[in-house]
Amino acid sequence: MSQRHVLQVFEQYQKERMKFVQTVSELATRPQNVETLQNAGVMSLLRPLLLDAVPTIQQTAALALGRLASYNDDLAEAVVKGDILPQLVYSLAEQNRFYKKAAAFVLRAVAKHSPELAQAVVDCGALDALVVSLEEFDPGVKEAAAWALGYIARHNGSLAQAVVDAGAVPLLVLCIQEPEIALKRISASTLSDISKHSPELAQTVVDTGAIAHLAQMTLYPDAKLKRHVFSALGQISKHSVDLAEMVVEAEIFPAVLACLKDPDEYVRKNISTLMREITKHTPELSQMIVNAGGVAAVIDYLGDSRGNVRLPGIMMLGYVAAHSENLAMAVIVSKGVPQLAICLAEETEDHMKAATAWALGQIGHHTPEHARAVAMSNVLPKLLSLYLDTHSSEDLQVKAKKALKSILQKCTYLPALEPLLYEAPSNVLKHVICQFSKVLPHDSKARKLFVTSGGLKKVQEIKAEPGSALQEYINAINACYPEEIVRYYSPGYSEALLERIENYQPV
Amino acid sequence: MARLVKLYEQIEHIKEQYFIRNRNAEENRQHENAAAVKIQSWFRGCQVRLYLSYLHRNATVIQKTWRAFSARQYFRQRVKTAYFLMKMNFYDKMAVKIQQRWRGYYVRKYVHNYYARKRYLEALTKKNEQVRRELEEIAEHQKKERERIAIEREEQEKYMQAQRLHFLLSTKQRPGVFNSPFRPEPDEMELRLRTVKPLRTRSAPKETATNQQPSGFLSSIERLPPIHKTPQGPFRPAAEVQRQRQRPLEPSLRVATSITALEEAREELRQREWRTRLIDQPFLPFSKTHRNKEYEPLLHTHSPYHQKAYGAKHFREENRAQLQGKQPFKTVFTTCHIFDKFGRLYSNAGKIV
Repeated sequence: MSQRHVLQVFEQYQKERMKFVQTVSELATRPQNVETLQNAGVMSLLRPLLLDAVPTIQQTAALALGRLASYNDDLAEAVVKGDILPQLVYSLAEQNRFYKKAAAFVLRAVAKHSPELAQAVVDCGALDALVVSLEEFDPGVKEAAAWALGYIARHNGSLAQAVVDAGAVPLLVLCIQEPEIALKRISASTLSDISKHSPELAQTVVDTGAIAHLAQMTLYPDAKLKRHVFSALGQISKHSVDLAEMVVEAEIFPAVLACLKDPDEYVRKNISTLMREITKHTPELSQMIVNAGGVAAVIDYLGDSRGNVRLPGIMMLGYVAAHSENLAMAVIVSKGVPQLAICLAEETEDHMKAATAWALGQIGHHTPEHARAVAMSNVLPKLLSLYLDTHSSEDLQVKAKKALKSILQKCTYLPALEPLLYEAPSNVLKHVICQFSKVLPHDSKARKLFVTSGGLKKVQEIKAEPGSALQEYINAINACYPEEIVRYYSPGYSEALLERIENYQPV
Repeated sequence: MARLVKLYEQIEHIKEQYFIRNRNAEENRQHENAAAVKIQSWFRGCQVRLYLSYLHRNATVIQKTWRAFSARQYFRQRVKTAYFLMKMNFYDKMAVKIQQRWRGYYVRKYVHNYYARKRYLEALTKKNEQVRRELEEIAEHQKKERERIAIEREEQEKYMQAQRLHFLLSTKQRPGVFNSPFRPEPDEMELRLRTVKPLRTRSAPKETATNQQPSGFLSSIERLPPIHKTPQGPFRPAAEVQRQRQRPLEPSLRVATSITALEEAREELRQREWRTRLIDQPFLPFSKTHRNKEYEPLLHTHSPYHQKAYGAKHFREENRAQLQGKQPFKTVFTTCHIFDKFGRLYSNAGKIV
């Protein structure tokens, strides 16, 4: 046996290991193979390969593990229980960049499933290693590390706090400034995940000066980057007035409105979410956005998009209108009400309808002028039907009723109120009649119209308990008309007349 | 006595007379008394009336004075009141005016300003219109851009396809796949094939060390050289020809050295010195400070914005007419290449004859 033959055996072994690992990692890409692989005990086989002498085998094994772990949380748990994580974390600090990437991938795959698994990843000291690899030169490694941090931080506040405590935020902000788009994307998404949990975390992110960099990136052509950037800004600004003001002070405002016309619908959704988060805080912020023409842009956006992505836009209109009657008027003159009426008619999901009803209620509840604008776009019957519909969810019914009530209490536009006389149940009818009783004594034309359109007849047919508020309102309406007319329209008047004919004796 | 006697004589008469007179007196007493009473009453009446009228006059004076006094007082009071009322009315009016202004201002500023609101809403409508228009434009522009890029990409793909399929181009003798003789016109692809150049066969990609993953044993194996068939004929082997053709240029040292090598080296030195220098201002010892004193240039000459007049001003009178045609005095001679121009020069300002 020569030396060559001896070496050939080793080479053969190495080749076979390589082949095995590569095949497993190939097989792990298909979900249908995963169960078979698991049953075949792939975990226990891959674990020693993580410590292999050949780096390629190591990192391919890590890749295979990551793919398996990302498939379901059982496998991820198996990774945790198999004590693989400490090895990975250890090697994350030691090995070359390819291996680091693969290790970060495994950590990410494990952490993404549940807070417990993410906590397990944190407990084995992964955060420090990940933060260190954020300082790596290679953008791929940074990306993988940022991604893993993001998956850890997204579960809950304490995990995000752990990420922050590990000192990841300043490095993430540095990563945002790197030229690689993918790295920018992932770090923006991670910042968003960190800042979404609590005002303190968001403040930490803001303190590192992230907003200025994020604001710069709002005009990038890359759609996915913009998604994450707007999401991060939205998550930052949602917590408090101060943070929202910080975001506004980055002077993103008239410029980002152009993104509402972006072809990518998530960009549009995230920017409208950002606007919603900013407007919900104070009237001043809302006013700022209204003055920048944001409301018109959002209304156009509502017209362009369909389905769930409309929700933040609708809520933004509601928040703006809720602040003051001036802002509500601004929504009305921006032609927001017809658009909301269209949304109410088009949308099929209950929560969308509920949000639309709420927004309409917020617009209409200020003054008669507002209520009139809302009533003119013919939403009251629709709201009533939503309230009465037994298939509507409870939340939708409550919201529709509230909106209807608040609009009706201000509405003096009688043509819109009349249809409600015929359909409304007594608890809504009360408000309708109340409005009639307030308006009719002062408006002769309306009185005439009320009679000719059959409203008075309808009012006479209503059976109210004596002494109730409804009865009082009916009496107030009747007081506006001569007695004969009231009697003429009362039910049973013809019988009474006939009876009189019978009793009449000619002299 | 006689008188007494006479008197006695007359006593009777006197007695009678006395009686008569008494009687007459008694008779007239009533009458006289009444007359006297009348006279007295008249007189007394006059007197009392006079006194009364005197009293009246006095009373009138008193009353007149009192009435005038009180009337004046009353009048003054009236005037005062009237004046006060007038003043009050005036003040009220002015106060109303001030309050009006203030309330208007206050309400307009803090409560509700109808016209400002109207103006604001109008401006907002206008702004909205503008924003909508601009966004429309941006969207249109972006759409066009996307379409353009898509078309370009498609064109590029077609071009690549044509390059790849260039061998299907029809020849003079035989129509290609895309040039069916049963059709009146050749296919679009055919036209495209005519315009493009065929794809050149690529040489093997160069090895880049940066992105190659280090692998255990594969990297150690060297790539084998391509195998060529030996061509027929009296040719040198292809590899040799190839090697000769790709033989790198071997310039002589003189040619290989850059012409600016010295300058570059100096520049490099200077740069390195500047880079590695820690303190820009050299530390100068305190002794012999007078020697180390740096030359401080004048502000005029030092600044990049020279004052033009400095040094260019002439205070001497020059008579230009006299100097006409006169050669200026030359302080410097042009250099001459002594050896090849020797004997062919005159000293007339170094001019070659």
